[in-house]
Amino acid sequence: MRGGDGPPVLFLHGAGGAGAWLPFMERLAENHRVTVPDHPGYGNSGTPDWLDDLTDLAFFYLDFLEAEGLSDVHLVGGSLGGWIAAEMAIRDSSRLASLTLVAAAGIHVDGVPKGDLFLWTPEERIHNLFHDQALAEARLAVEPTDEEADIGLKNEFTTAKLAWSPRFYNPQLRKWIHRITLPTLIVWGDDDRIFPAEYAAAWHELIPGSKVAVIPDCGHLPHVEKADAFLDNFNRFIAEIRS
Amino acid sequence: MKICLFHLMPYGALDLNYTEKYSSAWMSLPNSYYDPKEGHKLYNRYLDELEYGDELGFDVLCVNEHHQTAYGLMAVPGVLAGALARRTKRAKIAVLGRALPLINNPLNVAEEYAILDNITGGRLIAGFVRGIGAEYHITGANPAKSHERFHEAHDLILRAWTEIGPFDHQGKHFQFQYVNLWPRPFQQPHPEIWIPSQGSTETIEWAAHPDRKYTYLQTFSAVDVVKRFHNEVKQAAERYGYEASPDQLGWALPIYVAETDEIARKEAAAHIEAFFNKFLRMPTEMLLPPGYTSVQSIKRLRAIRRGTTSDKPPSCDDFMERGMFICGSAETVRETLAHHRQDIGFNVLVGMMQFGTLPADLTRKSMTMFAEKVMPYLRGQKVASPAA
Repeated sequence: MRGGDGPPVLFLHGAGGAGAWLPFMERLAENHRVTVPDHPGYGNSGTPDWLDDLTDLAFFYLDFLEAEGLSDVHLVGGSLGGWIAAEMAIRDSSRLASLTLVAAAGIHVDGVPKGDLFLWTPEERIHNLFHDQALAEARLAVEPTDEEADIGLKNEFTTAKLAWSPRFYNPQLRKWIHRITLPTLIVWGDDDRIFPAEYAAAWHELIPGSKVAVIPDCGHLPHVEKADAFLDNFNRFIAEIRS
Repeated sequence: MKICLFHLMPYGALDLNYTEKYSSAWMSLPNSYYDPKEGHKLYNRYLDELEYGDELGFDVLCVNEHHQTAYGLMAVPGVLAGALARRTKRAKIAVLGRALPLINNPLNVAEEYAILDNITGGRLIAGFVRGIGAEYHITGANPAKSHERFHEAHDLILRAWTEIGPFDHQGKHFQFQYVNLWPRPFQQPHPEIWIPSQGSTETIEWAAHPDRKYTYLQTFSAVDVVKRFHNEVKQAAERYGYEASPDQLGWALPIYVAETDEIARKEAAAHIEAFFNKFLRMPTEMLLPPGYTSVQSIKRLRAIRRGTTSDKPPSCDDFMERGMFICGSAETVRETLAHHRQDIGFNVLVGMMQFGTLPADLTRKSMTMFAEKVMPYLRGQKVASPAA
């Protein structure tokens, strides 16, 4: 999915897939050229034979930036997409202008229990994505089409391939995060039931000079549940880089 | 007919009220529910039961592999098979594990099986399985890579058994610079191989391949499901251009025999209900992790599970009606089994004579009656070769 014009933004989706063109994408597209790909193995993308683990996607997207001739890209990743973004940034940030990690997977913090997406029922999963349970109920009230259900299973299959064990992190990532010298924004919901907000502090500590925004009354999807607060923080962050 | 005695070695002392607090007897049930004093008694009792099976004339004694569960306490089946290896002299010993994708060094399995085969002088039957869904949560093995790992591990074990080493193996999931198995298996070229499964198309096609022709063992399923999957084996064999032998078809199920149908039902009911409804209880997310089987199979299996979920747990009568449990007088049991055998054409019968909480005295009584009054009849039965 693509939209808008202006400085390029590449948004990397999480384990649930890219889904539809969401309001926050539309508003980002008001002054950015926004690209939201389905990762290989997700949504309508094919599942290539070379896809074995998450770092394959990091190299894939570095190649993608090169193939598209994109530079000065604002890279934004949510959850599993944030993990891909971090794996890209430690390898090669020459085409990147900034990094925004939204409730990013990829690291482990001792003593902070995470939710287990793979053990929750589909209903529990939706409830645990949101702080505002009315939003969860609204999402559960919509019965997915057969096609959407198939894509959901395909997304789960690929997520297991990439993030089953260790659960949603790479033990090697942490020791190379010091290579990230890009302007970095870390966005988290204060009521994230998958990766609790302590993870925001851990990322902040690992990336010196990073900015952190913990959004109140918000779950795992700040860009969805609190799009205004997410965009305020993002736009302010981008404006500061430019000035 | 090969008549086999199967044991799960469940934690029979389990407090069945655990379901008030926990959703499953697998992985999430705290091991404070396990009392080692009870465990000591149970392991020895269960081994006695398997040894008694040898005396009674069962052809094969089967042990099993499961992890972190009250459902079955044989996490390291080679230990139990090893105990039987020296105490039995006649029956074969089948290890109906080992879950290859869960293991980081498949050569450990090649060694374990080769040792058992050497001690017993060739009485080992080698089982290979993928492991149940919960075991992917427990071991961290990736369910989305399960089939790949299974095939690579199997191929490596077969090579280690049949090729003179040292050789190297550079695979996708396993890499070894030096493979040179000591001991080599007693049976040449290698022990007989059985593949227990809940019924996956991929597994059936693979087991029936002319290079393998392994015994496909359908476990704990309704009789119509057994028939369907056995037919799939026959059809797969036909596509490969040969006729499946009845020895390629096995069925594993709980069986109980008593003096009359009524006594049998009365004695077994609570214990078989505990087996299916308490010990085997598992949420879908535990049983079917993503990638464990193809997207199409997962859809089919999830739909079946949704269809069978009701507020009231199924009863002994329900299990008997579906043919998941054969229970009755010796006459009823032998006629039911003979009928299904005639109808389906399997030649390997794997009877689980202890299930759930069934106590020692009833287990022995049922085993004895089965051996005296059912087994001879099944051995004498003539069966036409199976039609696909």
